[in-house]
Parts: sequence; C-alpha cells; structure tokens
Amino acid sequence: MRPGITGLEDEAITIIREVAACFERPVILFSGGKDSVVMLHVAVRAFAPAKLPFAIMHVDTGHNFPEVIEFRDRCLAGFGLDLTVASVQAAIDAGKVADAPSRNPLQTVALLDAIAENKFDAVLGGGRRDEERARAKERVFSHRDTFGQWDPKNQRPELWNIYNTSLRPGEHFRVFPISNWTELDVWSYIQQHDIELPSLYFAHRRPVFRRGGMLMAETEFLHAEAGEEVFEEQVRFRTVGDATCTAAVESSAVSIADVVAETSIARVTERGATRADDKISEAGMEDRKRQGYF
Amino acid sequence: MRQLRFATIGSVDDGKSTLIGRLLYDSKSIFEDQLEHVEAVSKRRGDEYVDLSLLTDGLRAEREQGITIDVAHRYFATPARSFVIMDCPGHVQYTRNMVTGASTADLAIILIDARHGVVEQTRRHSILTSLLGVPHLVVCVNKMDLVDYSEERFKEIREDFESFAARLNLHDVTFLPISALKGDNVVDRTPDLGWFEGPTLLHHLENVYTASDDNRIDVRFPVQYVIRPRTTEFHDYRGYAGTVAGGVLRVGDEIVVLPSGLSSTITGIDSADGPLTEAVPGAAVTILLADDLSVTRGDMICRPHNRPRVVQDHEAMLCWLDSNAQLQTNKLYTLKHTTRSTRAKVSEVRYVLDISELHRKEPTGPLAMNDIARVVIHTAEPLLRDDYEHNRVTGSFILVDESTGATAAAGMLLPPRE
Ligand SMILES: Nc1nc2c(ncn2[C@@H]2O[C@H](COP(=O)(O)OP(=O)(O)O)[C@@H](O)[C@H]2O)c(=O)[nH]1
Ligand SMILES: [Mg+2]
Repeated sequence: MRPGITGLEDEAITIIREVAACFERPVILFSGGKDSVVMLHVAVRAFAPAKLPFAIMHVDTGHNFPEVIEFRDRCLAGFGLDLTVASVQAAIDAGKVADAPSRNPLQTVALLDAIAENKFDAVLGGGRRDEERARAKERVFSHRDTFGQWDPKNQRPELWNIYNTSLRPGEHFRVFPISNWTELDVWSYIQQHDIELPSLYFAHRRPVFRRGGMLMAETEFLHAEAGEEVFEEQVRFRTVGDATCTAAVESSAVSIADVVAETSIARVTERGATRADDKISEAGMEDRKRQGYF
Repeated sequence: MRQLRFATIGSVDDGKSTLIGRLLYDSKSIFEDQLEHVEAVSKRRGDEYVDLSLLTDGLRAEREQGITIDVAHRYFATPARSFVIMDCPGHVQYTRNMVTGASTADLAIILIDARHGVVEQTRRHSILTSLLGVPHLVVCVNKMDLVDYSEERFKEIREDFESFAARLNLHDVTFLPISALKGDNVVDRTPDLGWFEGPTLLHHLENVYTASDDNRIDVRFPVQYVIRPRTTEFHDYRGYAGTVAGGVLRVGDEIVVLPSGLSSTITGIDSADGPLTEAVPGAAVTILLADDLSVTRGDMICRPHNRPRVVQDHEAMLCWLDSNAQLQTNKLYTLKHTTRSTRAKVSEVRYVLDISELHRKEPTGPLAMNDIARVVIHTAEPLLRDDYEHNRVTGSFILVDESTGATAAAGMLLPPRE
C-alpha cells in the first residue's frame, strides 16, 4: 500500500474497477454531499481517459437545500454525466409510503424500487466505516438479498482483496469504495484535488434554531416550533442530507484549508454533530440498513 | 509513513476491546459523542464501569450477548502514523471472522491474560496468524496489574510462547507487558512496569517498518479491466488497468503477458495523477504496451525471466468458511484468484490441521466451518500463481459455492509436493 491518501485512493480505484468488470448494471449514488463527490471523482479517475461506465442516481427526499441540488446538476454536467432521480415524493404520491416528518428512512423504499426497476446489480455508495458503529462492521462488497436486506450476523467473509461478487437473480450488492476513509481523509483529498463542493460546507450566516442540542436550519421544510427561538448564526454543515434532520455546526471555516484544520481537531463525530435522527436509538442505523437503507 | 492495519486477537476476555478503548482514549481519538453514548448505554445496563467494548461491538446481537461476532473497523491517527484497527472475535465459532480480519493485517496484536498465560485460543490464533502470513506479531501480556506487575511472570509467559511458536512461521515477534485497563505501557510508560526496557505499545506501532513487507522483486500485474475510450481523441488508446501485486514496473521494461506468453514493452504507466515512470506494489495504474496484443482481464503481466507458475493442479491450505455447507470433494466451485475466475474441484483432503496443537489429523468427515486442511485442487483453467509465502496476493484464492453464492473457503497456495 502506498502511503497516505494515495494508498486509500488506490484501494478505492481497485474496488471501483472490480465493479466495472464483474457487474452488468452498476450505479453510483450521488447526492452532491462530500462523500459522494469524492467517490465520483475517484471513479472518473479510475477509468480516464475513457468515460465512466456507470449510471448515476440520486435518491431525492424532496427536502433539499437548493444549493445542493444546483451543485449536483452543475457537477454532473461538468463531467458530462446523466442523472437518474429516485424520488421519495413520487413514492409518497403513489401511496407506497406514508410521509413522515423526517424522510430519511423513507429513502429505502425509493432506493429499492429504483434498483428493481433499473435492474441495478451493484450500487456504489460513499459510506465510510468511521461514520457509525453498524457501518464499521460492514463489508466493502455488501450482499443484499432479493428484498434488499442486509444480514449483519451472516455476512460473507471478505478476505484479502478478493471480492466475492456472485449474485442470484433479484439480489444485488452495495459497494463502498471509500469504506476505509475517515472524515479527515475525505477533506484532505478534497484539499489535495481542490474539489468544488456545495457552499453549505463552508461557514455562512443563516437563520437557525436549537433543537435537541443541535442547530437546525430554518427552511421551507423545517420551522421552529413555539418556544424555539430563531436567530442568525455563522454555521456550516458537516454532512448534507435531508433538510429536516441534518444539523449545522457553528464554524468560521470558510475555505477547504480551514475545514481541514477544523476537522483535524474535531471532538465530536460528524453524525453525532449533525444527524438528529440517529440520536434516537442505539441501533437505528443497523435497523435501517437491515431493511435496505444505504 | 504508511498506514498500519492491525488486528487484535486472542481469547475472549483477554482484553482486546479494553485495549482498543485505551489506545483510542489515550491517543485522544475517541469523540465526545461516542464516549457519551458508551457511558449512557453502560449506565442503562447497570454496568459497574464504562464498558469500552461498546465502542467496537456495534451490532445489536453483539451488545445483547456481550461478545464480538464480526470484525469492527476503527480508525485513529497520531502525528506519526494513521491506523486501522480490526477488532476480531475471540470465540472459536467466529474463527472465520478472525481469519477475515487477519487476512489484510500488516500486524497482529495477540493478547494474553497474565494470570492464565498461553491458553488454547492463544495457540490457535497464533497458528492462524502464521498461516495467514501476517508479517508482524506483537504479543501483549495483559492484565499485568493482576500479577503485581511481575517481571518473572512476564518472562515465564514469554518463554512459554516462544517454545510453542518455534514451530511456526512467525518472523517478527515483539513481547510487551501491559495493563489495558490501567493504561500501563499502552501509550504511556508507568513506574509499575519500570523494569521493562522495551517500547510502549503505541510507540512500537508507530515505528514498525512495513515498507519491506511487499514483494518488490517479482513483477506481477494481474489485468483487471481493459480501458478503451472509443473516442476520436483517444482512438488508439488501449490500457490495461490493474493494481500492482508485486515488483516494480517501469516504463521501458520488457514484459510478457501470461498465459499467452506474448512479449512487448511498457510504453507508459497512467495513473489517476497522470503518467508515472514506475509503479510500486499496491498502486492502481494503467499499463500501456508497445504492441497490439490481445490482453484481457485475468491475464498477468510479468517479466520474461521471472514468471509465476502456470498450472492447473495445486497444493493449498484451505480454511472452510461456509456455515451452511460442508466441502464436497469433486463438486464444482468457482475459484477466484487475483482477477481470474475459473471452476475448480477439491480432489483430495490430505490432512486436517488441529489448530490448537499444530498436529496433522486424518480427516474424519467432510470439512466444515472453521476447519483448516491441506488439500489438492484442480482448476479448469491454469492459475498464474505464486506460493502464498512469497506473495499474499498471487498466492491466495477463495472458493464460491455456485448454488448459494456463499464464500465457501479461503485458500493459500503451497509449493508443489516433491
Ligand atoms: N485488571 C485488569 N482487567 C482488565 C485488563 N484488560 C481488560 N480487563 C478486563 O477484562 C475483561 C474483558 O475485557 P475485554 O476487553 O472485554 O476482553 P475481550 O473479550 O478480549 O474484548 C473486562 O472486564 C475488562 O475490564 C487489565 O489490563 N487489567
Ligand atoms: Mg471484545
């Protein structure tokens, strides 16, 4: 393994090329969030000068920060790539799921539908093992049964860098090329390659309110309730997801270098700081993943 | 410095999870919310102390049963180096997950409870470490606080381990006395172990030299994917993408492509960062050749006078992994070796290894989960293979059960029998 971030990128490229070689219909999940942006950059570099041989899909909760959607489309246009959108709103409209205050868990339905409809056999995600304790247990090539379910107690052993890619009809794989990267590695890579991200990742002023110890942005999808005071604060986002459950953090980091510096001394994990929905349960992520979540 | 990937192994309750918690805690790598979570769960369960194993035992079943079932990955960095910890299960029935963790480890830390000394599971895990060719081993004699920090006891265990390990293929073994719970000699030196003159565990991990663990002599480049842009700008571009499995490839090198045996010259090495003059082990690159040969996934690029063996009959050590099916000799499996997949059958089980004693046993029935055996395998197509002890990449393979898709077994190739 080569030292530093180069070694991690080598590993990710190896995984991504293995997907291209072993699957018929691979797709990259792309939200415009930093992990998916980094994964997409690595993937494009893995096949240069040829074109990326994967479809691109966004599972859209409909509760977006407008900056992110604008960035998503611009970034893909820059690479000359087309986007498939799997819409949670459409799943709600079709009566497949009931709407909920946080649409984060509802993404599973839209995702599994889109996988079935498009016959995707490998779904690449930007998940990292340092994010969360259930993810810390997951394989790089993570098998999903015909219901899209993950069976954490019975994962296929994954030895050396030999990946078992065998599938039966209706099954698929989730593949995580940046499994072994940390939040700091992701930012170091962004710095090294001067990669553009949605402006939300950098300090800016916006109206926020406190809820459950977190700073939530006042948006058209989420409003302060009685007793919650809205005030303006200089903040940035460490993760960018559904606007109803992604919190901001106070920050003065306006450049990539500032964020790298801030990340290297962070005392709270990115999910701990920003994911309102994960505070609820001890095994929230594991339960969602079992059902087919990212 | 290269990242260090290490596995923590040893019997249940020898202190693996506590040690990881200690390493993370003392190197200030535990985040506040993670610690709060662990404290809250410990308190809710009525534990007397904060149970640091909750940091790595992330699955519901693991927490309910208080055991480690599958490998957890944890990341931390000091100013000197970055680390990946693979916390492996200690129970015998999860041996296959321990093997998974150890397969990619640069180093293994094996814990021994100072009160109990070398026990069966210590031997078992040491044998597996040796079989899997983990290049570095650290034997941590833990819970020194419970034996009055006795130098005698440490030496006794060390001699015990050494006499047993003499029969194993372990190259670099370091012994350290520690107390994971109290923090002695993990990150900091403490007066209680003042008699010990070696390094602390963290100091050792930061400095262990791994750059020479790769095989940099024997050039091996398994072709993973062929890059053909089919655009006007790159009309004639045909690149062979892959990850260097051994040796150093340089522009201008004469090469042969196996199995065809056709030769050519490297005219370029492309990488994500642009053209390179050489590619070292682990680098994911694209090789350009002077001649228009037919090269596909599964082929191997190497030097004319240094080739892997190209054979269909193999001697191997096989670890059986599948919990639902036993080995059926002469059944067809899919064998995956580097970027090649071919059908294979196990024609003979020579002996089963008793991994607590390193004895050879006659097989009494079909191989079942966690069994390790020496076998003879026949493949439908030749493998381009090296002995595992010379190259962990070109010497390893897996068997996939075609009816279930399960990873049935993992194998390590051995030299042919004389
Ligand atoms: N006194 C003492 N107890 C220890 C030490 N290390 C671990 N323990 C205890 O041994 C028990 C098992 O430790 P744990 O880390 O869960 O072991 P694992 O099964 O190998 O992960 C726990 O009760 C720990 O508190 C040590 O250095 N000294
Ligand atoms: Mg444990």
